[in-house]
Amino acid sequence: MSRLSAKFAALKKEGRAAFVPFITAGDPDMETSFAILEKLPSCGADIIELGMPFTDPMADGPAVQASSVRALKSGATLAKVLKMVEKFRKADKTTPIVLMGYYNTVHAHGTARFAKDVAAAGVDGLIVVDLPIEEDEVLRVPAHAQGVDLIRFVTPTTDDARLKRIVADASGYLYYVSVAGVTGTKSVPEDEVRAAMARVRAVTDLPCTVGFGIRTQEQAAAIALLADGVVVGSAIVGQVAANLNAGKDKVIAEVLDLTRALAGSTHAARHGKVPA
Amino acid sequence: MNQIPNSLRAGPDANGHFGAYGGRFVAETLMPLVLSLEQAYEAAKKDPAFHEELSGLLTHYVGRESPLYFAERLTAHLGGPKIYLKREDLNHTGAHKINNCLGQILLARRMGKTRIIAETGAGQHGVATATVAARFGLPCTIYMGEVDIERQKPNVFRMRLLGAEVRSVSSGSRTLKDATNEALRDWVANVHDTFYIIGSVVGPHPYPAMVRDFQTVIGNETRAQMLDREKRLPDLVVACVGGGSNAAGMFHPFLDDTGVEIHGVEAAGDGVDTPRHAATLSKGSPGVLHGARSYLLQDGDGQILEAHSISAGLDYPGIGPEHSWLKDMGRVKYYSVTDQEALDGFMLLSKLEGIIPALEPAHAIAHVCKVAGQMKKDDIIAICLSGRGDKDIFSVAEKLGEKL
Ligand SMILES: Cc1ncc(COP(=O)(O)O)c(C=O)c1O
Repeated sequence: MSRLSAKFAALKKEGRAAFVPFITAGDPDMETSFAILEKLPSCGADIIELGMPFTDPMADGPAVQASSVRALKSGATLAKVLKMVEKFRKADKTTPIVLMGYYNTVHAHGTARFAKDVAAAGVDGLIVVDLPIEEDEVLRVPAHAQGVDLIRFVTPTTDDARLKRIVADASGYLYYVSVAGVTGTKSVPEDEVRAAMARVRAVTDLPCTVGFGIRTQEQAAAIALLADGVVVGSAIVGQVAANLNAGKDKVIAEVLDLTRALAGSTHAARHGKVPA
Repeated sequence: MNQIPNSLRAGPDANGHFGAYGGRFVAETLMPLVLSLEQAYEAAKKDPAFHEELSGLLTHYVGRESPLYFAERLTAHLGGPKIYLKREDLNHTGAHKINNCLGQILLARRMGKTRIIAETGAGQHGVATATVAARFGLPCTIYMGEVDIERQKPNVFRMRLLGAEVRSVSSGSRTLKDATNEALRDWVANVHDTFYIIGSVVGPHPYPAMVRDFQTVIGNETRAQMLDREKRLPDLVVACVGGGSNAAGMFHPFLDDTGVEIHGVEAAGDGVDTPRHAATLSKGSPGVLHGARSYLLQDGDGQILEAHSISAGLDYPGIGPEHSWLKDMGRVKYYSVTDQEALDGFMLLSKLEGIIPALEPAHAIAHVCKVAGQMKKDDIIAICLSGRGDKDIFSVAEKLGEKL
């Protein structure tokens, strides 16, 4: 069983939603970012989304854009990102890591080689923002052959016919983008998420996480009642930006504090009950 | 149009691929929109009423057809082949961009969209978009990089006069690439009411094919005018290439004419052997940006490099996917011209023909100055003069060390 399946199976047994923090690898520098990564599981992260920095993150709002800029300025490269995962994996055999980024990073490396190298580093899933189902076969197939899931998106603009096509070749889990927009700019609309989860559950047994508009503990708790996972990105990388002037230790402490708080709310939300 | 089975004009395929290039690399949120745009465009293409309305506007609003002008003194100066200029600079708003904007805004109306957005580099596409938005009474937001706002001030003011909101983009290199990112971000956040009028043959399918189709009026007219004037086709067709829309429109009707040589001219900035250029096809490699697979200026890790050109309209690290395909196949040859050579071309055309070209087609002029000597005296060259230079006088003055 893959680390992702094992994790979702365990969460299901415990009757709680996954807390999934997003950080950008190399933000604000490789060392600090590894120090954060390493401690995320003990702060309540069930799965980690690790951003591969890109010069032109078209689907991201200002907070994630800025984190990419910081990472690239500090010299982040794919090779360093993979080293970071490898090092993490030596100590942590169970927390799934999902790399998130843009297709040109994959393309430049070569899709087959990318699939092999990420698997070797200990990556469990890939989220490639600008690789819709019409184009994803080139990566999905080689990744799958290496035991790495390509995570597909469902969005507020996805109709039922398209949803069926999306889940048909999906594996790992689904990522519901809760708002039409870029990361970190709008707030998650609970009622719409509830309706979307019902639509998704009607067509697949795959777990479904929700992200793109969740910043607060209240939002995290509310979404934990509806979905299998709660993703928070902009608010977390926002803590890197907010504390940079106070030094690396402060950055690490604040990011982890926020993770603990959000994970706490996510985990407590259901009090062990599976949502109806 | 009679298409021979192995015509080079038949692309793209159903998924928007020109060989290995093109496609639809956008966020899932945008995919349903991109697909509905494709449907709407396919339906419009088959609707005579759509063509009639577009053609009426091109005639009475844009002033088509544009002249094919024999540049007698430039021809004499170069002492070689006969040089014709396709005068897109005489269009309403001063460039070829309006041909495409009219087509797209008619589509936007058919699709019931009520808000228009666009990216712009030189500001010509922004002005053309603001113009059609005003003409059809739709609110319009134009994204423009900070650097370009500074160097194309007259166009920024024109867009505002036309009622558009110009949003300054301060991310990345603060030029066309970053304005495109911001426009895509706006689009994904406003999917329900917004139509994104892309200004060149770039972006996800169907944009590269659709924009090309709307610009093909340039080449169709040129071909007919040339046959009328010279009773034969030109030996060489030349256009500058930023994203590649004026070139695609100029080239397309000639692609299957094997006797016609075709040259695209990119911006070499300080020179292709320096880091400051925008010669995507000459110096780039295939990658994926802004919705399509095509040549890109990028580093080994797939990070996009900043492009540099004196001409804001050519200052883009990507290129339309069809050009990548035509380059690989060898049907079109792509060259590059430096800032200095383009400036020389700009001055030369102004002084010899009384036509101040935009800095973008000044690259095409400069290229012809280089190759004319290798051609025969009775050869014929057709150059797409994609726009006029009014917008550029400030940057040229600065380059010449003069204060306006
Ligand atoms: C006059 C003119 N020519 C050419 C271009 C380059 O665009 P394209 O390569 O799409 O024709 C521009 C872009 O702004 C322009 O204003």
